[in-house]
Amino acid sequence: MSYTEKELKEELDNKSYEFGFVSDIESEKAPIGLNEDIVRLISSKKNEPQWMLDYRLESFRVWKEMSEPNWAHVKYTKPDFQNISYYSAPKKKKELQSLDEVDPELLRTMEKLGISIEEQKKLSGVAVDFVMDSVSVATSFKEKLGELGIIFCSFSEAVQNHPDLVKKYMGSVVPHTDNYYSALNSAVFSDGSFCYIPKGVRCPMELSTYFRINESGTGQFERTLLIADESSYVSYLEGCTAPQRDENQLHAAVVELIALDKAEIKYSTVQNWYPGDAKGVGGVYNFVTKRGICGYRSKISWTQVETGSAVTWKYPSCILKGDYSIGEFYSVAVTNNFQQADTGTKMIHIGKNTKSTIISKGISAGKSQNSYRGLVKIGKGAKNSRNFSQCDSLLMTDQCGAHTFPYIECENPTATVEHEATTSKIGEEQLFYCMQRGISEEKAISLIVNGYAKEVLNKLPMEFAVEAQKLLEISLEGSVG
Amino acid sequence: MSELLIEIKDLECRIDDQKILQGLNLKINKGEVHAIMGPNGSGKSTLSSVLAGNDNYEVTNGSINFLGEEISEMSPEERSWKGMFLAFQYPVEIPGVSNINFLRTALNERNKFYGIDSIPAKEFLKMVAEKSELVGLNNKLKNRSVNEGFSGGEKKRNEIFQMAMLDPKLSILDETDSGLDIDALKIVANGVNKLKSSENATVVITHYQRLLDYIVPDFVHVLHEGKIIKTGDKSLALELEKKGYDWLKTDSNI
Ligand SMILES: Nc1ncnc2c1ncn2[C@@H]1O[C@H](COP(=O)(O)OP(=O)(O)OP(=O)(O)O)[C@@H](O)[C@H]1O
Ligand SMILES: [Mg+2]
Repeated sequence: MSYTEKELKEELDNKSYEFGFVSDIESEKAPIGLNEDIVRLISSKKNEPQWMLDYRLESFRVWKEMSEPNWAHVKYTKPDFQNISYYSAPKKKKELQSLDEVDPELLRTMEKLGISIEEQKKLSGVAVDFVMDSVSVATSFKEKLGELGIIFCSFSEAVQNHPDLVKKYMGSVVPHTDNYYSALNSAVFSDGSFCYIPKGVRCPMELSTYFRINESGTGQFERTLLIADESSYVSYLEGCTAPQRDENQLHAAVVELIALDKAEIKYSTVQNWYPGDAKGVGGVYNFVTKRGICGYRSKISWTQVETGSAVTWKYPSCILKGDYSIGEFYSVAVTNNFQQADTGTKMIHIGKNTKSTIISKGISAGKSQNSYRGLVKIGKGAKNSRNFSQCDSLLMTDQCGAHTFPYIECENPTATVEHEATTSKIGEEQLFYCMQRGISEEKAISLIVNGYAKEVLNKLPMEFAVEAQKLLEISLEGSVG
Repeated sequence: MSELLIEIKDLECRIDDQKILQGLNLKINKGEVHAIMGPNGSGKSTLSSVLAGNDNYEVTNGSINFLGEEISEMSPEERSWKGMFLAFQYPVEIPGVSNINFLRTALNERNKFYGIDSIPAKEFLKMVAEKSELVGLNNKLKNRSVNEGFSGGEKKRNEIFQMAMLDPKLSILDETDSGLDIDALKIVANGVNKLKSSENATVVITHYQRLLDYIVPDFVHVLHEGKIIKTGDKSLALELEKKGYDWLKTDSNI
């Protein structure tokens, strides 16, 4: 296993990005470009059953007829979909019984990420399903979860071992026809996570997946499906870092959550894809479709801390179908330098007495653009439904922008919809006050920003909150002006 | 023998095109209390900001020697670590940051500067309990966000609480008495007195001689148009209370 000179140089050049290292694991790549044969290749590499291939082909057909959406408040060079490799898997692929069998290189990668599985096993009770590029290569805690009947595995494994659940729920919340990126994902998705919590089971630990984009020029198309059966509970963590790249990388994931009657799903994300350098070169394009559906008296909370990506396009949503169901969205989105984010949520109230809360905290620095886009839709039958939205923007410089696009569609007069929005500039007086007390400017910024985002950070599980705070600090270094 | 703490010479500063301090001289020894009085807009708060290192003000002339070191170019945080403290006339609010967290960060940043370990939680909390009692700070305020939603008087008390926690060499209290009720005034003044030692000094900026009944100054200075135009002892404050500033203004014009 060796580096080419070019790769080595590239890696050295890229040291500046905190987690910007490239893992030295051989991988098997599909030829560049996208056509029906590639879709078939992906499916056969994964040994998929016919129904899965059919689903991919149908999605591909739909995708070809769609065009890339233009409505978001972002400007970027459209990715060349024919210049991407759609499949990449670590070569040494075999069943892993224990950590000893995991590629030591991979273990080192995890260590660099600060998530040594060993440690996590002992200390935090987190089960880590590590997605390296496209194929999950390490899964832990399976046995313990298995005793409770919890299924937590890679999506590919689920296709093989739990086809009925996958067939029943895949595409039920985000149909392949939903949008351009979800159609693309449905055709070429590489891998991702699958989780099923049986009736009445409270998942005793936070389930966690760490994603990484690891191959130059490899599009990453994750697929996550999470089903919480009646009266069950699960808290799921998704976190990611990406190595620095000088070319734009496309990431188009689909996440589907299904909370059956009286179930609760907490889904937390810390997103730190490579944002491009200080001049705006490179960086990940992140076009994600995340959506959950709620049954009777069930609840879905999305909590996200977004600091990465050159371009982010992301609207975790809830379909509040069951009566008395609850949807929540807590978000901190940071943009710095030339980053652009268009993010927000959709709360679709269908059932009676449904309730949704939206707390969005945007932080813009440098020359970045940060937009909140939220839709609250109250259907005809959504009697006595309530929504509360609060969208705050914090500006760090005079050159950045914050935008709020709230859309409200209310078809039921008994519903209440409240929307509050504020924009503030980080105060020179606040900074001076902190500095007078001996707190340096950088630290003061992080303190003030963390204070501003506290409502959201508090919703994250403990370990994640700490990590998120650090991320905020790193991503805002030298940002006041 | 008195030891020099700070010496300000010919200090001039401006903001935009407006000159504010115009040749200010002041010398403070360890163990002393100085009162600065003067009409609105004479430059009292500006002086305290400049001493604390607020770079909104451009220092155009003069020097500030603090503990034997020229500090005109020093960052505000470094001045703070060296023992400069300003109780603000208008303390700012920092939403979402608890008073406790704020102070712990401040202390740890200073420790870091001096290469000392961060202060253990237990020790820190003990110190918080002690010092908040000193200024009669309501227990609830400690865990609330810095100054957010505090009443005017609570903010002022909180400033003195922070001062007690940081144990500075030079404390500048900019109108700390305004907004305090009579009982609070006594408590706060009492706290300030307890913090006094032969190693530190206090500058009290005030409009009212009443505060000086509690915090007794060694010197009273009158600031007018960016200059100290008169210095006296405590009796000067009494005189000012009776006569106002006009008699001095004409004096200085001669
Ligand atoms: N940031 C600023 N921008 C413009 N002018 C300023 C600024 N700060 C101070 N000044 C001006 O400088 C002068 C002195 O102000 P300063 O606040 O120092 O007065 P002061 O003596 O503290 O008054 P008071 O007794 O009302 O507190 C005033 O004319 C004020 O308007
Ligand atoms: Mg003043």
